[in-house]
Amino acid sequence: MRLEFLRSWKVITGLALLAFFALLALFGPWFVRHVLGIDPLANDISAIAQPPSGAHLLGTNQFGQDVLGQVIEGTRASMSVGLLAATIGTALAVLVGVPAGYFGGRIDTALNFVTNLFLVMPVLPLILIVAGYLRGTGLWVIALVIGVFGWSGAARTLRAQALSVSSRDFVRAMRMVGERSHRLIFFEVLPHLTGLIASMFLHAMIGAVLAEAGLAFLGISDASVVSWGTMIQSAQDQSAVLRGLWWWFVPPGLCIALIGTAASLVNFGMDELANPKLRAARSTTVRRARRLQRTARLNGGEAS
Amino acid sequence: MSAATTAVEPSPAVDKGGRARTAARSASRWTFLARRTGFYLAAAWAAITLNFFLPRLMPGDPSAAVVAQLQQVSGQQVDQHQLAAIQRLFGDPSANIGQQYLDYLRQLANFDLGTSVTYFPTPVGDLLWQGLPWTLLLVGTTTVIAFVLGTGLGAVAGWRAGTRFDTIVSPLTTFVSAIPYFWMALLGLWVFSFLLGWFPLSGGYDPDLAIGPNLPFLLSVLQYGALPAATIVFSAFGGWLLGMRNMTVTTVREDYVLLAHAKGLSTRRVLLRYAARNALLPNFTGFALALGHVVGGALLTEIVFSYPGIGYLMYSALQQRDYPVMQGVFFMITLTVLLANLLADTVYVLLDPRIRDQG
Amino acid sequence: MTAPTEQRRPPGAPAAAGTVLDVRGLTVEYATGQSPVRACVDVSFTLRRGEILGVAGESGSGKSTLITALTRLQRPPAVTTAGQILFHGRDGAPPVDLAALDAKRLRRYRWTSLSIVMQSAMDALNPVMRLGAQFADVLRAHDRTLTRKLAWARAAELLTLVGISADRVRDYPHQLSGGMRQRAAIALALACGPELVVMDEPTTAVDVVMQRQILAQVLRLRAELDFAVVFVTHDLSLLLELADRIAIMYAGRIVEVGSSAALYADPQHPYTRGLRASFPPLRAPLTTLTGIPGSPPDLRDPPPGCPFHPRCALRTSGCDTHLPPLVRAAADPDRQVACLLHPSPQDPTGGEQR
Repeated sequence: MRLEFLRSWKVITGLALLAFFALLALFGPWFVRHVLGIDPLANDISAIAQPPSGAHLLGTNQFGQDVLGQVIEGTRASMSVGLLAATIGTALAVLVGVPAGYFGGRIDTALNFVTNLFLVMPVLPLILIVAGYLRGTGLWVIALVIGVFGWSGAARTLRAQALSVSSRDFVRAMRMVGERSHRLIFFEVLPHLTGLIASMFLHAMIGAVLAEAGLAFLGISDASVVSWGTMIQSAQDQSAVLRGLWWWFVPPGLCIALIGTAASLVNFGMDELANPKLRAARSTTVRRARRLQRTARLNGGEAS
Repeated sequence: MSAATTAVEPSPAVDKGGRARTAARSASRWTFLARRTGFYLAAAWAAITLNFFLPRLMPGDPSAAVVAQLQQVSGQQVDQHQLAAIQRLFGDPSANIGQQYLDYLRQLANFDLGTSVTYFPTPVGDLLWQGLPWTLLLVGTTTVIAFVLGTGLGAVAGWRAGTRFDTIVSPLTTFVSAIPYFWMALLGLWVFSFLLGWFPLSGGYDPDLAIGPNLPFLLSVLQYGALPAATIVFSAFGGWLLGMRNMTVTTVREDYVLLAHAKGLSTRRVLLRYAARNALLPNFTGFALALGHVVGGALLTEIVFSYPGIGYLMYSALQQRDYPVMQGVFFMITLTVLLANLLADTVYVLLDPRIRDQG
Repeated sequence: MTAPTEQRRPPGAPAAAGTVLDVRGLTVEYATGQSPVRACVDVSFTLRRGEILGVAGESGSGKSTLITALTRLQRPPAVTTAGQILFHGRDGAPPVDLAALDAKRLRRYRWTSLSIVMQSAMDALNPVMRLGAQFADVLRAHDRTLTRKLAWARAAELLTLVGISADRVRDYPHQLSGGMRQRAAIALALACGPELVVMDEPTTAVDVVMQRQILAQVLRLRAELDFAVVFVTHDLSLLLELADRIAIMYAGRIVEVGSSAALYADPQHPYTRGLRASFPPLRAPLTTLTGIPGSPPDLRDPPPGCPFHPRCALRTSGCDTHLPPLVRAAADPDRQVACLLHPSPQDPTGGEQR
């Protein structure tokens, strides 16, 4: 039953893609240096802005760096920012959302106000301003900023869920017999929310990968580290579009798009499994029903 | 939030004849909106206060940086009056913080957003007014187009869920909406402007023409705006489509839609009054919210295409560290977003009777 | 009418005068998984004019599937693969097979001949339309001459019929209490003077007191307006009080049919006996309740022979190989049982091979 979700092709494809990128982030840099024998940061002055060829599968950039090597190398930075930002964001969401739902009353009013505040704040300009003041920005700071400004949606969902779990009979009963609140939250309420928190974490991570790329594109990045975002940004800086160096900015963007698609697929597949109404709309189901209808007609069951 | 504490709980269960109930209902509707307005006022205050404290919390002395930059750009000493204005916005290390805060609020109340550093001595407000029409035109129209297109196609895909149209369009849209916008815009620029040469590479109008309501200029605006507009529509319609598709799939299987079929109503009426009317609710609210992001949302578009709107203004301000302009843009974006949120709430109250009574 | 359908017709069940609905061999399958799942198999019954037929069964017995098939409200993956739903109009016209009508012709019969009350009125009423509008649109859809004003007046009248004050007509569904909503849904079902109302557990969402009131109202309205009812529920004790006749469903099949009194006094199918014993009697001292051991079969993989045999305390040889048909009991012409223990005189061999 627990592995029910593996029966959806959407979920399987999405998870496989995510696993692929996770492996790339873990072993990619080693693979690039020791298997492909490429140093993604080395400048090959003899091959500046070369289109894809046998020597450089995805070509080289303006600085003579191998694009394939950079894309693989960049996976780690992009995924690390995603992981860190998602950890911060999810932790904040849990810290704000769960107590709000569990305690209710004034605590809820206060926490909910903060959540709504962050929900309506225009996040991107705010991050820009903060980053602008901070000037030099490392990957850690970027992840921190993304996490700190991106927890509100998840907190709202968690609040609603925590509210519903805490109003269940067993939690009420334990509260009434005087069980301590923090014990109840950690051992009774949170375990019921793990599935939800896990899926939130996944989406926060993808969101952060996208956000990192977006911020890097706006010039807020750590220039010393290769990430998909910095690749696109330096391509934009060097007017890669106007000079037709498509192999420079297409691969990193494609990777981001693939990761985003993978997350959407997992999300969609899960939705279909959880919501029977969506499941009934799956094409296999509809096709089977049509076939059944046709054969029934042939037997004279339905036709007049 | 004073509105929240004075709110009266609605009592829908009380049955004392129609008039009393109707009165209570419209009262709770106003209470709801009053509470939301109270919240947005509080949010606006929070944003303004954040704007005040951010530069003061940052390492270094932003106001000194602004002054230094000003002197560098203008080549002359900053006078006493200017210095006071700058320090009101970005902090005066010697002054009392409470007094600074009050001064800052007073300055904002007069819509005085300070002076740009890069385009000294142009007031920030003037720069905003210059950029606003471009952004409103570009993003406003594309937001509407993307919404109508996406919602329409989504309704069809949801209604014909599981058919060929749905099985091709929906996964494709999932992919399209996962593409990072700026990258897709770069691709569009490369393919349509660089390779095919159909559109200009950057800008919002032909710089050789006189700006004004003359035909060649307006045509150049259309020509320059077409590609940015297309990229926005392309990246935004997918979200509307998928949302509407899933809402439609869920709604047409709701009991009340089944019952409407059972009643023998025409398919058209079932679809419009029962299915679409309910499926549209979340998308409509989303649309009202999207209108709020018109001003701030075009940041990336305007940067990729060097389009002369608010977003590009903010980007160049960021590059030049023109803090007054950055603050001013943020201030304006926040206000429009909050107004749009209020609009969204109002729309919801009008469209969904259930919200009116929840308070 | 084709040959296979004709064969499925239960022996000795003519469409007698006074019949409003004659269901023959109705089979509904779900196109899920590799092979279709049969949720309703060969269901046949007749309903007399003004009669209340109760359909009882556990969840998963196919009773909800039966409702959506009867009302032609099913959606994929459910497909009616065989059977007829013959509707006999009040006007004496030849019966029409609702299962075979195309959507356009079917629409003429909807609500004027056959209407439905759903399980939860909260879900069945459009949340963003006023009550009156939900009455008015169906009234005007079937009577084009009706003005909007008259339709709303008629809506208010219908509400008073179920004891809801007329000014509620301008309310939205969420503004009514649960019991009121359910009564409004019943009033809505009666809007076009149907000859048959299908009720899908209309009292599960309300408390017991309200449940009694609603049932009493259904009985009173039936006496006034003369419509027949198919009342589906998992609550056999409720049916014993309300229904004229009761059909018991198990694993998608009807296993026993009989008058309420007879079923109460002398349940014949072992499953009916089990059901009967697992509900407390409404107006009798409480006795020991016994449940039925085991759980309903997985319809994706039904057991061979009688679907009830794995849980049956009385099973004998043959139960696991022969599927007993629903046959008329010798003593009581109103009574039909599908059990090898009750062989009918017409069918001494008992059962078709599966």
